[in-house]
Amino acid sequence: MAEMTASPLDAKDDGPRRAPNPSRFGWLRVLKKNRKAQAGFIIFMGFILVAVLAPEIARYSPSNTNFPPLQPPSAQHWFGTTGLGQDVYSQFIWGTRSSLIVGFGATLISTLLAVAIGMYPAYWGGWLDRVMATFTNIFLVIPGLPLMIVAAAYVHHSNTLTMMVIIGLTGWAGRARVLRSQTLSLARREFVWAARLTGASDWRVLVHEILPNMLSLFMASLLYGILGAILAEAGLEFLGLGNLSGISWGSLLYWANNGGAVLDGAWWWLLPGGLGIAVFGTSLALMNFGLDEVTNPRLRQTSLASKDRLSRAWRALKGESPQ
Amino acid sequence: MRYIVDRLGFLLISAWAAVTINFILPRLMPGNPALLMVSRYQGSLSPRALHAIKLEFGVTSQSLITQYGHYLSNLLDGNLGISLTYYPVPVSHIIANSLPWTLGLAGTATIIAAVLGTMIGIWAAWRRGHWDDALLTTSTTFTGAIPHQFLGLLLLFGLGYGLHWFPVAHAYTSSMTPGWSLAFMETVVGHAFLPAITIVVPGLGGWLLHMRNNMIQTLGDDYIVFARAKGVSPRNLMFRHAARNALLPSVTNFAMAVGFVVGGVVLVEEIFSYPGVGYQLFTAVSNEDYPLMQGLFLIISLSVLVINFLVDLLYAWLDPRVRREGET
Repeated sequence: MAEMTASPLDAKDDGPRRAPNPSRFGWLRVLKKNRKAQAGFIIFMGFILVAVLAPEIARYSPSNTNFPPLQPPSAQHWFGTTGLGQDVYSQFIWGTRSSLIVGFGATLISTLLAVAIGMYPAYWGGWLDRVMATFTNIFLVIPGLPLMIVAAAYVHHSNTLTMMVIIGLTGWAGRARVLRSQTLSLARREFVWAARLTGASDWRVLVHEILPNMLSLFMASLLYGILGAILAEAGLEFLGLGNLSGISWGSLLYWANNGGAVLDGAWWWLLPGGLGIAVFGTSLALMNFGLDEVTNPRLRQTSLASKDRLSRAWRALKGESPQ
Repeated sequence: MRYIVDRLGFLLISAWAAVTINFILPRLMPGNPALLMVSRYQGSLSPRALHAIKLEFGVTSQSLITQYGHYLSNLLDGNLGISLTYYPVPVSHIIANSLPWTLGLAGTATIIAAVLGTMIGIWAAWRRGHWDDALLTTSTTFTGAIPHQFLGLLLLFGLGYGLHWFPVAHAYTSSMTPGWSLAFMETVVGHAFLPAITIVVPGLGGWLLHMRNNMIQTLGDDYIVFARAKGVSPRNLMFRHAARNALLPSVTNFAMAVGFVVGGVVLVEEIFSYPGVGYQLFTAVSNEDYPLMQGLFLIISLSVLVINFLVDLLYAWLDPRVRREGET
């Protein structure tokens, strides 16, 4: 843990001398090259579109209870109806919107915290960094969902905003740690030192010099943040701790469970909420795959690196003769 | 030694943090939530119990410091208060009855997920770039994003109520008396089956990806090329040279995995009415039984902290470099 104590000022540099510019927009290049990332991005944008256009594409009001209950999917009700006689399709569409809003909102809060607690002190080094790193590690080991459950139980009747705050305030630690270690390794490079010598302010160096050089990692942590926030929200909703008058993927599952969808065999009531979360989550993870391959060159497809040692080792492993 | 003292220190600090969060949360909330609880249980409690609860949750004129002192000394006496849902059963009693179920379920599920995920990870790295690698990594990405509660309900729907393969609720057949008999063990395993699958499946992806990426990283190292040049068979190369070294970073994955499993357990126990701490936490939350809720949160956090501490020790035992680093 020697690097913990070093401040950015002792420029004991062992990294590259210039800013590693080529990787700056690596995360954009991923989209062009990586098929998994492309698939993820398309699904992701599809969900965004559904969330934005919810009022246009939902066929009925999601809270309208005037339909015959527990109808299987039909031309009138594409996803069937709930035990209370609501249209499941309309609930799913509106649920997409509110789940994404809570997910993005909570991620915004946890990102700000992760930057403030992980990146900024790491850049400064010294005692502040040591204190914040310990603080981060403590929050990392305290189990997240139970903590959120306790907090939500005290809040009583949560609304969208309190959900965002609870999830955001409890979900920053893992991301802060990732950002911290990357900032530590960048903060002592010469280009950062040079920027500081020209008199750039700390925030300027952090935002204009350090952040752009860890964008891929930052984006990856953002994607994981959104996934975690949406899973957390669904968990809280499922335990009845969310906004019970609202409609989200989590509350769809909550009402399906409490309304006896399992006993009644109403699979159409059960599937949309859970699949929404799972498919959206998969789209985030697929984009992450691509980013992983950019930040870690060894993970790239063999075809990209066919001449390096790695692929020779690979061919060797597969029993082919090394050429 | 230095390393162990270090980790022990961290264990104590984080335990203190969990205790303090427990103390401070109800007092931070706008409009003390305990007031609502007190008014709700006003008639059903003895005045003495009511007074104890008021003290416990800060409905009192004492200073915060005095309250904190009382709270800590109560904890050190092992006094976690009295549950309101199961009045007048002490919270510690409920915890003692439910914790073994959770530790058993979560422990078994974690080990299965870790072993299975790691094995598949080695396989995926071995077959990198082939169709089965792509299939495995993509499909576990999907299963990793499935919420526990959704998978639990699906299994309940299909294998429980649909096909009647597995019991749908509780930890054992209620007509049996708990004991160490073979028949009883059988019902325990049968009842734990669906909850365990529900925890294992979403957790697989993390272990798999971790191991796969570590493997690929390791396979690029010089010593692998050298081993190959020596004429080591591919099988030996994979398991005895590459996998053994790639396995080490997976141990650090444990801390994250345990947190994920604990979150899953809370949801899974609710679905299957499994009598562990997660189910009790759900009961406590739905009844606004704050003493029980606090006690459960504390015991869940402390369990996770202790497990992480033990994993840290295991890591040091496996990797001499960690020990040496601590000594310098």
